[in-house]
Amino acid sequence: MIGHARPERRWGDRRGARILVRGLHLDIPLVLALILLSLLGLATLYSASGQDMAMVERQLIRLGVAFLVMFMLAQIPAHHIERWAPWVFGGGLLLLVAVLLFGETGKGAQRWLDLGLFRFQPSEIMKIAVPIMVSWYLAEHPLPPRPRTCAVALLIIVVPVLLIARQPDLGTSLLIAGSGLFVLLLSGISWRLVAWSACVIAASAPLLWYGMREYQRERVLTFLDPESDPLGAGYHIIQSKIAIGSGGLYGKGWLNGSQSQLEFLPERSTDFVFAAFGEEFGFIGIMVLLALYIFILVRGLYIATQAQDTFTRLLAGSLILTFFVYIFVNICMVTGLLPVVGLPLPLISYGGTSMVTIMAAFGILMSIHTHRKLLST
Amino acid sequence: MRATIKDHIRESRLFNERAAVALVIALLLIGVIIARLVYLQIISHEHFATLADENRINIVAIPPTRGLIYDRNGVLLAQNLPAFSLEITPEQTPDLEATIAGLRSLLDISDEEVRRFHRQARQNRPFNSIPLKFHLSEEEVARFAVNRHRFPGVDIEARLIRDYPLGPLAVHAVGYVGRINEEELKTLDAANYSATRFIGKTGVEKYYEDLLHGRVGYKHVETNALGRILREVSRTPPVPGADIYLSLDINLQVLAEQALGERRGAVVALDPRNGEILALVSMPGYDPNPFVTGIDPAAYQALQSSPDKPLFNRALRGQYPPGSIIKPFIGLAGLDYLLLAMGTTSFCPGWYSLPGDDHRYRDWKKEGHGRTDLEKAIVQSCDVYFYDLALSLGIDRIHDFLARFGFGQPTGIDLTGEAGGLLPSRAWKQARRHEPWYLGETLITGIGQGYTLATPLQLAVTTAVIAQRGERIRPHILYARRDPEEPALHALEPQALPPVELAMPRHWDQIIAAMEKAVHSIRGTAYRIGRDAPYRIAGKTGTAQVFGIKQDEEYKEEEVAAHLRDHALFVAFSPVEEPRIAVAVIVENGGSGGATAAPIARQLIDYYLSSQEPSS
Repeated sequence: MIGHARPERRWGDRRGARILVRGLHLDIPLVLALILLSLLGLATLYSASGQDMAMVERQLIRLGVAFLVMFMLAQIPAHHIERWAPWVFGGGLLLLVAVLLFGETGKGAQRWLDLGLFRFQPSEIMKIAVPIMVSWYLAEHPLPPRPRTCAVALLIIVVPVLLIARQPDLGTSLLIAGSGLFVLLLSGISWRLVAWSACVIAASAPLLWYGMREYQRERVLTFLDPESDPLGAGYHIIQSKIAIGSGGLYGKGWLNGSQSQLEFLPERSTDFVFAAFGEEFGFIGIMVLLALYIFILVRGLYIATQAQDTFTRLLAGSLILTFFVYIFVNICMVTGLLPVVGLPLPLISYGGTSMVTIMAAFGILMSIHTHRKLLST
Repeated sequence: MRATIKDHIRESRLFNERAAVALVIALLLIGVIIARLVYLQIISHEHFATLADENRINIVAIPPTRGLIYDRNGVLLAQNLPAFSLEITPEQTPDLEATIAGLRSLLDISDEEVRRFHRQARQNRPFNSIPLKFHLSEEEVARFAVNRHRFPGVDIEARLIRDYPLGPLAVHAVGYVGRINEEELKTLDAANYSATRFIGKTGVEKYYEDLLHGRVGYKHVETNALGRILREVSRTPPVPGADIYLSLDINLQVLAEQALGERRGAVVALDPRNGEILALVSMPGYDPNPFVTGIDPAAYQALQSSPDKPLFNRALRGQYPPGSIIKPFIGLAGLDYLLLAMGTTSFCPGWYSLPGDDHRYRDWKKEGHGRTDLEKAIVQSCDVYFYDLALSLGIDRIHDFLARFGFGQPTGIDLTGEAGGLLPSRAWKQARRHEPWYLGETLITGIGQGYTLATPLQLAVTTAVIAQRGERIRPHILYARRDPEEPALHALEPQALPPVELAMPRHWDQIIAAMEKAVHSIRGTAYRIGRDAPYRIAGKTGTAQVFGIKQDEEYKEEEVAAHLRDHALFVAFSPVEEPRIAVAVIVENGGSGGATAAPIARQLIDYYLSSQEPSS
């Protein structure tokens, strides 16, 4: 921990508060944006839950835990993470195998591991462990990576992805595949290779179809034609579109959304909270929300470009792009642009596990940014 | 093995390049989202706003209150009583079967009620509440209330249920309502009946369904996705059905039902001047109240299979040979067509036979009536005279003449299900039996036997035509209606039918005089009721054969099984000078008309004329 003594001296001529914050290893612009998002989320949740204060309190506690996790991870210098990378990844893999062997089943999928005190999803660990592992592996090699390096990186990605897909949890496995592939893309593999693999993936789409469970196929079919089953599987998408569309430019006002208040909108406080938000705050409200997300995205990418070594650079880039995938996929699903996959809207959706993971990623980002060593130029 | 030394600056530049590409792609994707939102929230806003409103606002129908039914003096015959019913909303009930099983362990609910519930549930939307059990007692309501928390989606509702306070009295006239069945659902105005559970099944309740039902009301309510009502937005109140007053005099009805007592039969009394039905009796009757919410199958089976046929409306649908009742009409035909003189006689030896045929057509009086003219033939009901007259008239003229009175066709009364009787003709026989008409059939048609059939209502109506000297008025049971929020009664205008016109109107007087003598002269077949009558009655007795007797046999009442005995018939109107009431009485297997049926008519006339006195 010699690293952070020097910056204090350097920034010592700035305001005292800055010094304090610097000592906390937090990135103020990110923290402010995240707090603002959380407040928006709590307000939306209060409305969408039908003014259920107990739900808001539970969400507040989760947010507290998530911010705590973020704060703690921000304290760990990135090179420690780099050192632990294979162990974290290996441990995660073992847990995934354990889930398949001993895991608890809920809603037709085996995702949970009961540790006595609490239950958790090892796949959440992999959301961070996979980009860490791939970044670690690629950082050990000259970039842009050679085909053999790429192949090994792909293997690192594919093994956990397949294990999670077996649970089955298609949404998470695709998200994790994405987080690993982002590292590869950022590492500078040739666009030709990217195009080529895209073709392979497209060609194997039919194989994917046959590998899917019945409910997964149904979701895809429902996405293609929601009107075919308006009271069954298509109901979510139809009601969600009605909620967003009826919100109009200015929205119906907080607590006034008929679709969410009268419970026409399913999953209105969890996966479909964006529709509840769009109904009450309208197009303008959504623009504010998107502006916040874009700000976080830009800030995250900035942190990545400012990172001092390949590992932290790749990791930061991958984490922030994965965060963007959450937002993009969730909004597309709620607005009917993508099939329904169970991804929450970061910091707005009710629910704990993925929020902790997301905030952990921000903790790592902040750590990367605040533990930079001063380089002599 | 690491062949290349890492070039940090190059790697950093490469990364920045890739990060820039990623940012551009991300912004493009956000652009897609924004484009989608512009489409949803701005371009299609109207469309989705409408859909959201449609989601939110539901229309709930409010049933109108059914109109009440009174008799002509304002005695209540049908009303609506609030009753507690146990209702289930299937959508709000997590496990319907378990809920019903639980309710059955708590309350007395029959298999039939469960079966009926399921049938109704199939016909309704899942968020509509369906009654499982009607008429809960206070104790049952309390027992459910204590356990209510165990049964989500189950509620006690206070609903108006049709009630007939007089029970079986006048049931064949008033009828009853029952739950709407699938058949009725197909034909009725679905919008107007969207909240209605009951519909008229028989009698006045059925015929005047439109009048009694009223107009459905609506309320716009805000509902949630489960259909639960949160708030009423607006309301269009229902228009209750009209109250209707029947022309029945319930006291007369009671009297007639009591007079028939245990015997099977029918009585129809009407006012010949305007066609108002004063009494419409078919005995035995039944209690309509269990039919409203659904009679239990065993009880229904018992009614259905009873040899007395209580469900059968004899007054409207019972078709009997009119027997001697037909004689005044045949006599009129003789006077009108043949310009027969009242004094023209024929000899009655107690039997009649056609030339060249040794079949003997018997007179009811074995020793014969001797020399008989038309008046004597009616007063004493001589058969032989009418055999002869019928032969002279021929079946075609008999048919045409009787048809003018309304025989052989429904009277057009404002009740459904009326039978038309049967007035035979050559054409009818050819069409139905593929046989020519035989002369012998003309003879027996002349005394109201053979093919001829008439309902008690037809007998009363045709008797009224004689009383009114040819004037015909469509009989009706609706006396007046009172529309909602209008205190005034609207009386129904009597509707005249084409009258029976005779060549000589005095022929009416002659026939009426003969009918009067049938009651008041010592030789008259109904003298037993005319002997001490304080007013003049014109009448005619009749006896309808149920059981054919062979040529060489004699009909002996005591030897014939009860259900094969003759039906006793009697028609009358009174007072002769200014008829105010016409009556037809039929007592099934009652034997002689004069002995059995006539006294019943006398009681009715007694009561009715005295109740019409200015003093009362």
